[in-house]
Amino acid sequence: MLIKNVQAVFRSLASLEKMVEKCHIQLDKQKDRLTFTLHCKHGLLKTHNLSFQDTESLQAVFDKHSCANVFRAIPRLLVETVAHFPVSVEEVTLSVSDERMLLRNHVDEELAQSKAMLTELCLASDEFDSFAVQAHISVTFCLKELRGLLYFADSIGLPISMYVNEPGSPLVLSVSDSVLEGNFVLATLSDNTRNNTRGPTSPPPPPDDFMNDDMDSYLIAMDTSVAPGPSTPESTSSKQHMVANHRSRLRGEGQEEEETADKDAPPNKKFCSLLFGSVLHLSSQMSIQPMSNQEVLASDSEDDT
Amino acid sequence: MKFRGKIVDVACLSHFTRVVSTISKLTKTCVLRLAADRLFFILCGKVANGGVAVWCELAQANIFDEYQLEGVSARDNEICLEVTPENIFRALRTVQNAKSVKVKLTKKHCPCLTVVAELPTATSVSRVVTHDVPVDVVPRRLWCEFDEPGVPDFDVSVCLPPLKTMRNVVDRMKNLSNFLVVEANLSGEMTLKIETDLVSVATHFRDLGNPHWGDPASQDGGRRRDPDAVAQARVDIRKLQQFLAGQQVNPSRAVCNIGHQRVLHLILLHDDVSLQYFIPAVA
Repeated sequence: MLIKNVQAVFRSLASLEKMVEKCHIQLDKQKDRLTFTLHCKHGLLKTHNLSFQDTESLQAVFDKHSCANVFRAIPRLLVETVAHFPVSVEEVTLSVSDERMLLRNHVDEELAQSKAMLTELCLASDEFDSFAVQAHISVTFCLKELRGLLYFADSIGLPISMYVNEPGSPLVLSVSDSVLEGNFVLATLSDNTRNNTRGPTSPPPPPDDFMNDDMDSYLIAMDTSVAPGPSTPESTSSKQHMVANHRSRLRGEGQEEEETADKDAPPNKKFCSLLFGSVLHLSSQMSIQPMSNQEVLASDSEDDT
Repeated sequence: MKFRGKIVDVACLSHFTRVVSTISKLTKTCVLRLAADRLFFILCGKVANGGVAVWCELAQANIFDEYQLEGVSARDNEICLEVTPENIFRALRTVQNAKSVKVKLTKKHCPCLTVVAELPTATSVSRVVTHDVPVDVVPRRLWCEFDEPGVPDFDVSVCLPPLKTMRNVVDRMKNLSNFLVVEANLSGEMTLKIETDLVSVATHFRDLGNPHWGDPASQDGGRRRDPDAVAQARVDIRKLQQFLAGQQVNPSRAVCNIGHQRVLHLILLHDDVSLQYFIPAVA
């Protein structure tokens, strides 16, 4: 069902807090209807009938506990980080090394020719609550999706955990507290050719020209600084994935394993990709069974492109 | 060709960002001319942009703590770059709280103006943001287009009323007509008026004052100009509105020179920054 219809039920938080005593939710399978009944003060009863459609829900197959790199940070850190990127930037590349995390906007060949502005941000490991790196990797994913999650986490003040694996493998961000657990799975650009040429240890060292600030080194007129990391032109094979409408599910080229779930739903639907579980069923969710991680990933059939 | 500058003072950084923001509202691309002691943002009057020209000059010492420049040659110790001021503004906007900001000319996949900012963090290691703004180097043979424009011959020079007031008036007039007539005389009176088939609207300002430009006699070729004689210029209202909309701070001096039916020349002075805007008159 359309998320905005559900939003309409809970539209004004202030008035809900004042007026509503309890909320009753009932699912009617025969009539395909979900009913929200708000029991308000003074005997007022507000009933909202929302019809829904059964859809096939896609299940993201991921295992965050097997990820090589795990980071944890307060959302404020990441919100400030993405603020530096212009809103028009679609994809960013995240690179990690032992001490640093580097975020830069992803440039493919056409973009390089169009002379777009490039932005790069370097975060030190100290800034994170925890920073566990086993492999130096670089992954590219959609920034817009990330922004949505970050604002959400920031508004509820929960720390975010990031699980990062190799390119092509999903990047998982998760927030949890006593009442909810959210897993946000982002597809990452896979790059077989890059993996072949560079091998597993392709550390993208952050540019250190400002770390050792030396006057003389700046007198070099036009530095030919090598842009390390994944922004190589070789990513032609999988470039088409990111160019595509993002609604199609991303698949690693030639990777026959699990399909990485595509999170790029339009803004009013992105929260349908979060998994909210109640604490009572925590044990079943923690075992990462795909079945219980029902994530609605397919776009609503009524939705227009 | 080398350029490297470092800004450490937060007031200087915000001052520079404001100037870049103002320029970005006036034009999409312009030329940044870097000289040993000054910086210029220049837009040449071309038919393509409706003939408007921009000349903005600032002293580098008031912005940069460190400044090193080596121009194209020893004799021509300057660098001219074609830039998109909006991009530079975007790079500067998010780093207003930086401990230091370095601007340097680099070559990545193309020539770039690289802005490197060191941001304060709770930990010992600073966060570093790098923005690479692509630019085009303007070859030496084209530099003649970017010399300082002389003050054009004008008939009346008058101080401008408060820009905010002017902007409000022009904003409303823009809905009614595409062209606006700016008229002033040497008695400190100025009128903004529009005329359409249905309506004509005029706003009058008085007691504005007329600045003196050196010897008045030499300006008028020896004649004393009648203080009540008006000079007027009919200009595209959008250009004037764009100019007024881009101003964020009240200038210490704002002057308007009118070349009768030729050009409207607006000059703003604020601290060490001077901004000149030329709007050609239309018939």
